[in-house]
Amino acid sequence: MKKAINLNVNGVPYRHEVEPRVLLVHYLRDLLSLTGTHVGCETSLCGACTVLVDGQAVKSCTMFAVQADECSITTIEGLARNGELHPVQEGFWECHGLQCGYCTPGMIMAGTQLLDRNPQPSAEEIRHGLEGNLCRCTGYQHIVEAVEYAAKKAAS
Amino acid sequence: MANKYVGQRIKRTEDPRLIKGLAHYVDDIKLPDTLHVTFVRSVYAHARINGVDTSEALKLPGVVAVYTGKDIADKLGPVPCASALPDLKVPDHRALANDKVYFVGHPIAAIVATDRYAARDAVDLVMVDYDDLPAIIDVEEAAQGGPVIHEAFGDNIAYKLTAGEGDIDAALASADHVLSQRIVHQRLAPIAMEPRGVLARYFPGEEELTVWSSTQIPHLLRTQLALMIGIPENKLRVITPEVGGGFGSKLNVYGEEALLGWIAIQLGKPVKWIETRRENMQATIHGRGQVGYLEIGCKNDGTITGLRYNVFADLGAYHQLLTPAIPTLTGLMLSGAYRIPAIQINVTACFTNKMATDAYRGAGRPEATYVVERGMDLVAAELGIDPAEVRLRNFPAADEFPFHTATGLDYDSGNYQAALAKAKEIIDYPALRAEQQKGRSEGRLIGIGVSTYVEICALGPSQAMPAGGWESATVRIEPTGKVTVMTGASPHGQGQETSFAQIAADELGVDLNDVTVIHGDTAIVQYGIGTFGSRATAVGGTAVLIAIQKLKEKASKIAAHMLQADASKVAFEEGKYSMHAARAAGATEASEPVVPVGEAPAGAIPEPQTEGRTSVTIQDVALAAHLAKELPPDTEPGLSATYFFEPKNFTFPFGTHIAVVEVDRETGDIKFLRYVAVDDCGKVINPLLVDGQIHGGIVQSIGQALFEEVVYDEQGQLITGTLMDYALPKASQVPLMELDRTETPSPVNPLGVKGVGEAGTIGATPAIVGAIVDALAPFGVKHLDMPVKPEAIWRIVNQA
Repeated sequence: MKKAINLNVNGVPYRHEVEPRVLLVHYLRDLLSLTGTHVGCETSLCGACTVLVDGQAVKSCTMFAVQADECSITTIEGLARNGELHPVQEGFWECHGLQCGYCTPGMIMAGTQLLDRNPQPSAEEIRHGLEGNLCRCTGYQHIVEAVEYAAKKAAS
Repeated sequence: MANKYVGQRIKRTEDPRLIKGLAHYVDDIKLPDTLHVTFVRSVYAHARINGVDTSEALKLPGVVAVYTGKDIADKLGPVPCASALPDLKVPDHRALANDKVYFVGHPIAAIVATDRYAARDAVDLVMVDYDDLPAIIDVEEAAQGGPVIHEAFGDNIAYKLTAGEGDIDAALASADHVLSQRIVHQRLAPIAMEPRGVLARYFPGEEELTVWSSTQIPHLLRTQLALMIGIPENKLRVITPEVGGGFGSKLNVYGEEALLGWIAIQLGKPVKWIETRRENMQATIHGRGQVGYLEIGCKNDGTITGLRYNVFADLGAYHQLLTPAIPTLTGLMLSGAYRIPAIQINVTACFTNKMATDAYRGAGRPEATYVVERGMDLVAAELGIDPAEVRLRNFPAADEFPFHTATGLDYDSGNYQAALAKAKEIIDYPALRAEQQKGRSEGRLIGIGVSTYVEICALGPSQAMPAGGWESATVRIEPTGKVTVMTGASPHGQGQETSFAQIAADELGVDLNDVTVIHGDTAIVQYGIGTFGSRATAVGGTAVLIAIQKLKEKASKIAAHMLQADASKVAFEEGKYSMHAARAAGATEASEPVVPVGEAPAGAIPEPQTEGRTSVTIQDVALAAHLAKELPPDTEPGLSATYFFEPKNFTFPFGTHIAVVEVDRETGDIKFLRYVAVDDCGKVINPLLVDGQIHGGIVQSIGQALFEEVVYDEQGQLITGTLMDYALPKASQVPLMELDRTETPSPVNPLGVKGVGEAGTIGATPAIVGAIVDALAPFGVKHLDMPVKPEAIWRIVNQA
């Protein structure tokens, strides 16, 4: 039994009929072709699927699309504005915060929310704030620097 | 070569697409009418299959086909093993199990359905009739006897091997002390953040099969898939799109890759399989998995006389591509950074009812380094000499290179003393030891661990490799002057699109942004080997450099012709060919690009104007080479060159890592106080990328030292089947790493580079474990097995 949902993704309104069991990440990837949001573990542990749902960082692999009915969602594709990279995106590029890039969209979304809550975090607070996101390539050090870069840039 | 880019911290050109979410990994590629594949996998570690009933699954709406082992038995060739060792037992390994299953996760049936949810539903409807058999899980038990996995072999021993030089018995007999230690290298899961994935499409008219796979070795995969599927290699195209990490786990040929290609041919529609993380834990190769017994002999002054290592290697149930070869790499590296006159390794490699082990970042070398470094710590503790000093006493001198080891290698270049001295200086080693002593008197448990490692990189000379150790590059300058580099190395996060462009841009004197590096498509890129074994830059980067030098030989002839000068009078500098005499006379040079971007008139390519000029740019030459109206006699049109670089030796990077930890007496937790790494990977193309490689490697080492372990229970059930149970290091659990370098160029390649991809996983683990052991030295601790968990530490501290 499909259910109608209305949601806004990256500023664009959508209406779809979806099976209640369709995961939000599959809705974004398969129906909207927003494939920047990745699936890394299917169990909410790695954070590769992190998106913002009404401003909250959410792991979209364990949320049903129907639960996002009437919500506003931001994915990695919606972060840059008018061709300008978001400061967190810029930080990841400047500081070499990524290697294979697979965890990166989720990491950037988590970093974005982290700075929304705490615009000037310490390195320790950044590390704590990114605990829900796993990276196997970078050892996290450049990721922490990338978020610090973004915080500094936003403050300037 | 002008070093405008090489050696600089250039940010990566591949990043914009990745940080915008616009990159394409396998699952991001969408083809119309794609069918989705899921696998029914064994729930038993060892069982006989009496039958597989697929009838219910086939009734499910959306299910198109279900294939079992019987369906493919005579149609799809065996999964390959590329290792050739004397008397190696090689079990018949098929993409789907037939009569027996040998490990939890062993694929039994493949389901094809119109969407991924239906394909997943159907997995539960396939009825497998099993007869559970006793499993053999422990590698040392497997060496002794127990249930036989491959009945035809009679036992579970896949091979035995003895290697090494020198009289080990005499060497140990002549020692003042012989120290022994049992050492465990637990099984690890590589956990690339992107699991494996395959998409296959067949065009029946053209008889062309295209396989997109998340792999490190597109060309080797193509060859093997052609053989397995039975189609001509030149009708098979393998495309490696963005690859979300590999760490060796995608340096392989998996049954699923061949099966997807075969199914695409059967059904005439695209088929896609995206591995779940649970499947990844069960059925993507594991790493390490060795239990060994070390004997190390030393004189009273700390001089090592000999080292013997008897090791049981847990191969798992089958050979994957390089499974049997991994323990041989351990044997090769048992000399570490030291002069050891006699070394012997005795390998007993066994089958167990588990997933195959194979190359995981370091691949046999972390095991060797850990053994040697633990050995040096044991010697230091026995003799009461500082661990850094014991190491120093056994280093070869910097002028002794090439240095021959008793494992049969010739280390290319090194200055181990310099790296150790630099690390000690950065961390202020004497002050640190004093602080440790003071802390101990106050009840604090501070430990310092030192690791002075050597690794073997730039794999490698073809004589020592199963399928070619060279690498290829084609460099082409297009009519518009843009530079295209095609590399056979297939990077997956290492950043070669940037570092190879740096090499090319400097060598050609062009802007970095005018260079595009193409990789990972067998229809576009000439045959190559791939990215693994810290080889891409040392072997593949060198191929790029020499291809450009070849290209420039031709370009200089064309340039001389254009300038109406003798070729010997024309020199190349900063992207231009100019005449010595003219330059000396100070004549002005035209240097505008021939075809300004966006200004070329439609339908006409302007010809380079050379009359009266004293110089031409390489772009001018490229255009002239393509227009081919005024070429020197006997000169082919076009401007491209291909080079296959065969290295004469491996390279041997080295370094010193020092870890400082403090143990929490209340909880047994470890806190890092400092972590200093001084690595020498030869010449550095991009320090930013090198730092990233070191950081990542060290954190994977921290994972092995403290957190990670693939655990099977006695029945062979995988206990660590998700990331909830398999503990990857998190951002809050790892220290700030203080990196520095020494630079000892390698004589093996003209770039002088050595390789850096695995240094962290090789050098760091012994430093961390050594630090914990050192912290617990007041309790008489001499060794601890990994992962060193708080519980084990707490028991030591609180039961003392």
